[in-house]
Amino acid sequence: MAQDRPLLDPSPRPPPAPLLPEPPIRLDPAARSARVDRISFVADTPVPRRGSRADSDRLAASQRELSDDDARLVYINDPSRTNERFEFAGNSIRTGKYSVLTFLPRNLFEQFHRVAYIYFLVIAVLNQLPQLAVFGRGASVLPLAFVLLVTAVKDAYEDWRRHRSDRIENGRTASVLAGAGAGGRQFQPVRWKDIRVGEIIRIAANESIPCDMVLLFTSDPTGVAYVQTINLDGESNLKTRYAKQETLSKSVDMEGFTGFIRCERPNRNIYGFHANMEIDGRKVSLGPPNIVLRGCEIKNTAWAVGVAVYAGTETKVMLNSSGAPSKRSRLETHMNRETLLLSGLLITLCLVVCVLAGVWLRNHKDELDYSPYFRKRASPDDDSSYNYYGIGMQIFFTLLMSVIVFQIMIPISLYISMELVRLGQAYFMIRDASLYDEASNSRFQCRALNINEDLGQIKYVFSDKTGTLTENKMEFQCASINGVDYSGGKASLPGDGEAYSVVVGDQFWRPKLLVKTDPQLVRLLRSGGERGEGMRAREFFLALAACNTIVPLTVETPDPKRKLIDYQGESPDEVALVYAAAAYGFVLVERTSGHIVIDVLGERLRFDVLGLHEFDSDRKRMSVIIGCPDKTVKLFVKGADNSMFGVIERSINLDIIQATETHLHAYSSLGLRTLVIGMRELSRAEFDDWQSAYEKASTTLFGRGGLLRAVAANVECNLHILGASGIEDKLQQGVPEAIESLRQAGIKVWVLTGDKQETAISIGYSCKLLTSEMTQIVINSHSKDYCRKSLEDAIAMTDRLAAMSLGAQNTITGTESQRVPIALIIDGTSLVYILETELEEELFKVATACDVVLCCRVAPLQKAGIVALIKNRTDDMTLAIGDGANDVSMIQMADVGVGISGQEGRQAVMASDFAMGQFRFLVTLLLVHGHWNYQRMAYMILYNFYRNAVFVFMLFWYVLYTAFSLTTAITEWSSVLYSVIYTALPTIVVGILDKDLSRKTLLKYPQLYGSGQREERYNLKLFILTMMDTVWQSLAIFFIPFLAYRHSTIDGSSLGDIWTLAVVILVNIHLALDVFRWNWITHASMWGCIVATAICVIIIDSIPVLPGYWSIYHVMGTGLFWLLLLGITVAGMVPRFAMKAFTEYFMPSDIQIARELEKFGNLNEATASEIPMSTFSQPQQGFI
Amino acid sequence: MNSKGASTSGGDGTRDSSAPRRNSKKPKYSRFTQQELPACKPILTPAWIITAFALVGLVFVPIGLASLSASEQVVEIVDRYDIDCIPEQFQNHQLAYMQSSQTNKTCTRNLIVPRKMNSPVYVYYQLDNFYQNHRRYVKSRSDKQLRSKAYEHVTDSCKPEDKANGSAIVPCGLIAWSLFNDTYKFSLDSKVLEVNKKNIAWKSDQDHKFGSDVYPKNFQSGELIGGAKLNASIPLSEQEDLIVWMRTAALPTFRKLYGKIEVDLELNDKITVVIQNNYNTYSFGGKKKLVLSTTTWIGGKNDFLGVAYLTVGGLCLFLSICFVLLYVFKPRTLGDPSYLSWNRNAAGHPS
Repeated sequence: MAQDRPLLDPSPRPPPAPLLPEPPIRLDPAARSARVDRISFVADTPVPRRGSRADSDRLAASQRELSDDDARLVYINDPSRTNERFEFAGNSIRTGKYSVLTFLPRNLFEQFHRVAYIYFLVIAVLNQLPQLAVFGRGASVLPLAFVLLVTAVKDAYEDWRRHRSDRIENGRTASVLAGAGAGGRQFQPVRWKDIRVGEIIRIAANESIPCDMVLLFTSDPTGVAYVQTINLDGESNLKTRYAKQETLSKSVDMEGFTGFIRCERPNRNIYGFHANMEIDGRKVSLGPPNIVLRGCEIKNTAWAVGVAVYAGTETKVMLNSSGAPSKRSRLETHMNRETLLLSGLLITLCLVVCVLAGVWLRNHKDELDYSPYFRKRASPDDDSSYNYYGIGMQIFFTLLMSVIVFQIMIPISLYISMELVRLGQAYFMIRDASLYDEASNSRFQCRALNINEDLGQIKYVFSDKTGTLTENKMEFQCASINGVDYSGGKASLPGDGEAYSVVVGDQFWRPKLLVKTDPQLVRLLRSGGERGEGMRAREFFLALAACNTIVPLTVETPDPKRKLIDYQGESPDEVALVYAAAAYGFVLVERTSGHIVIDVLGERLRFDVLGLHEFDSDRKRMSVIIGCPDKTVKLFVKGADNSMFGVIERSINLDIIQATETHLHAYSSLGLRTLVIGMRELSRAEFDDWQSAYEKASTTLFGRGGLLRAVAANVECNLHILGASGIEDKLQQGVPEAIESLRQAGIKVWVLTGDKQETAISIGYSCKLLTSEMTQIVINSHSKDYCRKSLEDAIAMTDRLAAMSLGAQNTITGTESQRVPIALIIDGTSLVYILETELEEELFKVATACDVVLCCRVAPLQKAGIVALIKNRTDDMTLAIGDGANDVSMIQMADVGVGISGQEGRQAVMASDFAMGQFRFLVTLLLVHGHWNYQRMAYMILYNFYRNAVFVFMLFWYVLYTAFSLTTAITEWSSVLYSVIYTALPTIVVGILDKDLSRKTLLKYPQLYGSGQREERYNLKLFILTMMDTVWQSLAIFFIPFLAYRHSTIDGSSLGDIWTLAVVILVNIHLALDVFRWNWITHASMWGCIVATAICVIIIDSIPVLPGYWSIYHVMGTGLFWLLLLGITVAGMVPRFAMKAFTEYFMPSDIQIARELEKFGNLNEATASEIPMSTFSQPQQGFI
Repeated sequence: MNSKGASTSGGDGTRDSSAPRRNSKKPKYSRFTQQELPACKPILTPAWIITAFALVGLVFVPIGLASLSASEQVVEIVDRYDIDCIPEQFQNHQLAYMQSSQTNKTCTRNLIVPRKMNSPVYVYYQLDNFYQNHRRYVKSRSDKQLRSKAYEHVTDSCKPEDKANGSAIVPCGLIAWSLFNDTYKFSLDSKVLEVNKKNIAWKSDQDHKFGSDVYPKNFQSGELIGGAKLNASIPLSEQEDLIVWMRTAALPTFRKLYGKIEVDLELNDKITVVIQNNYNTYSFGGKKKLVLSTTTWIGGKNDFLGVAYLTVGGLCLFLSICFVLLYVFKPRTLGDPSYLSWNRNAAGHPS
């Protein structure tokens, strides 16, 4: 079911988080100079990944020529011609589902997708047949109508809100170039909804973009426009978009501008755009950097002009606005099983009634003609029968009627109650102050409303590392330059005044973030000189400042002489590196499309950016080719260590390389993220070769990506090593404690990360996932056979360890005989050989035997594969938590997906069921809310089954004494109101508010979470026990008054009233006995419901046209009535109460003991606090 | 819910998230939203359980005894007469005897008063096997018609006794049609015992349910006569036998009030009853009984309630003793964390 959900970006997935994105660069064929005019900042530009079929499809697709069938033609500035051939959508949007006219039919149609509603509809229809009219017209339709009405009102309200926001959205205005009307061509304000495809639109700074448009001009002479896409993907940094050179040369008022754009059909891929433009007979190809999307805002650009290509519902943002994902909870699946059992019971009851009715009719066949209560024959003269169709038909009618009478065996109100309860639970989760994240100002979000209770049954948590366990706020920590480690033992954070700043005119510009600097390194840089060491260090920082895609923005401060430089970029690593370079005096001051300005130790230098090779996951590195002021051309490369060492010239400086490798190892075992930086000076010939190849590759229309990669790979070789950097990604607050709590709760935490093994292990230690007493099994293989062998060894190892601890337990029982914990560490390369092969089974065996599993270097699809490994083989509930686009597949695969609304954008949140700000909230979410939700929902379902069944059984017993004619003593209105009004509210209130244990206790004893994992609160055994209790209670309700009034003048209505009150009181007392916490709302709803029932019964009996007129008054006046109610309540509850008292005292569950502890805990406080802590070893500290 | 709005509509979400962070979304603290309302947390401690059971036992046993003694005080005479009131020669042709208008249906029964019966002595007739709660039967009436003359023609629910000779029957329906028509005349030592037939119906029925302007019409004028005929000059609200009959019984064995004897009956009084045995229960195997009974606060003679209360009360006392014993022999400290399942094995407690 997870796959059915729409992906934000269906075909390719963005690259794994840690590495650096790079913009493609293309030389402009029009301009002869080697000037670069287009850089893209799209981090998520689809890049092929090994082993992913989707990527190769994508590649093939990009090489395909757009055929006329697949394309739409947009005539620039000619909306009438554009729209006359194709019917493109207008720009008005409609997120509302219904209109006034269509509301009723559509809403009903949608509601009746529920099978249960169809069942009740069929029954209501059956009841309208005169032969089967058990209830009156009104009474039979009421419950269904009530449920439908409540849902319809809810839907209508939501839709009204959507309509209102649509109206506002459609009513906004934008400047559109008017047609050749009076007064020449100029931009005029037009409402958004009237914008048509093909029109030219002008957007000013900070304005929202009304539709998807291809840029034609911008205020920047090179055609750059910065956009903020926060509304689209939540990423707050600026992205760069470009107008084509061909259009830039035209005049802005579009005089004499003709051309058309042939673009692909509307699709939901916000990172892809594939089109070409024909202008003045020249064909120009367009890609994602040339389009700006609806919902984004123009920033740092005075204005931009574009032509609308997709409008309204066809814009990418609208195509992506899918609703919350729908999943079905585990409990609900189980509930459906019991509903089936109940249906079986219902059918049995009906069959019993109709068989008995048949027997009765046959035995009394001769008497029926004139017996006063049957009177089959209408008159003695003719043979005609009145309302009698032969025994066969009578039996058949009896069957149908009994279904109608016993219909509420399937609890209709349960469905609506569950929705209300989940809504209430969601309200409390959202309002929970401890799930609020101060840093991102975000509350908890419930995106899926129907899996609240699954949170109480999780057994596996799959967690991403970067941004989930860590903050994803990178901080430059140390560098190894030229084989020397500058770990900054004496590093200090500079004060405000002494921070490095750049003098621009009479202003001081200072980087926004301060970074600790190593004094030794600073000295080395300042001392200058052309000595090798200083030179290397300067080149190292130049590389950091230049080899990136960061855009510097200047921010005003209160002091007019001071300005802050804010670096905006896709990758937090790059931002950290640029800030670091700035701190050491290499301040990136300005970036335009063709050059960058870097303040090198006080001297402003301009570097031409000649070429940029973007990051891809094959190369795992990026590079820039820079034309330096001294006319040399340099290639700077940075990338992951394993990819970089492959292209570094090892024949020279071998000692430096070895030293760097040692440092890298040290850094990553500290949990730092490492990058290796290299460079090479290009000779004129090399540069010319490269340039021609690059030009050729970038002008190719299709398959450009592959060619550019080849060009990059060609030039990135024989590098000199400059050094390596270590960036710290800080652990989020409370992560080690959270992981420990989860582990105590019996939840297995697996960490899936794209990081290197050493980094992953060290993070594992620092977040207490790994402890020193653990036995580590590392699988790190490069072939299938080797993998198999590793796995076999691992299995043998786990078996041996298991046997060992078992033996230990046998010999020294009663003492601490801790099992040796095992950790499995496996990398992505091994997983390639294992996942989706026969080795999966082996991996499953090993992984489940281990306490901790750590997967490093995994690709997004592998993350999903690991989740599937568990999900497909066990019944255990899985939860995936992540923050980035690379976690989307895993979040969707798991039973419960949690998104962290953090630094990496909103894709994860959009795909998730729940979203929150911090990893540590997971503890509260699962242990507290999950536990409560599960406990409440489980009890509510059981109780609803019981509540309706007890009523049905009571009706059934009476039917046995009415010649099986399905009379009910209870008035039809009471029957109908029973589950809707008489008993509905308390169960909803209890389902929302009741707590078996306090938050404090649940957090103190995480093991209590096990009750949900073991399905202790809802299982078949409990269901059967409840049903047995139900039968007993119904017997008590029915037979006590029956026997007491056996030979009396009691009339049907009076007895019916007694039964009605008795059953309502009994089921409420039953609930009252099981309530854990009585607050005033519980009291009010419980006793209020009993009073409401009495009032309803009194009102019904005050209507003179009903047969039961005044019965309740008569019966209430007798002492017998009150004695009966008391007797029924006590007799009905005695077995249950005794069982409850017995089990709670002699077979106490953990929860029961914890409840006692909560109440009488002060007696045993000392022992209580000691025990749960003792099971865990001291946390590992001191690494960071 | 803000999350929902944002996810269901692109436009909506656009404005949600673009709102600057000037106002914090931090949930306001209240005991309600943090689920910390003051609450009572009852726990079934041994003391509570034993007290509850003992208390129930102590309350129920006296009530049971009281009910039993009340039931014991009731004097009840039940006489089944449906078989005996058929002459010997018709025993094999009961139906023919009942249906014939020629036969003499008078029948005399003698009842001995077993204990002194204080006035008022209620006279009931009891029918067995008569399904006054049969679905066909209970529906066969028109409450509207009974209430008001204006609704005289509302007889749809009354079939097949809705119309006779083309016009509506009042009161219509099977219930009215089958009105009981045996009569009893009591005498004590050849002195007539007056049976008061006034105020045997509910006053609420007389005042509001049966109209004082509704007169019987066309009643029992069809070919099938179901039971008693009604005096067409008396409004329905005064026809108390009908009103009693129309309050359909809950169970297939039921009693209906016939009248009240408002004198005390002494021990061994010999009461002679002259029965007009008109009502045909023979066609469906029903039984007819004449019942004379006094009442107490629990109604007529019925030992069940007393027995039930004694049983439940006794059971509760027994359970309370059981729990006392259990707690003595298998005590457990409440809230002792060493009983928690994850502590039990490690700490050496037997699981």
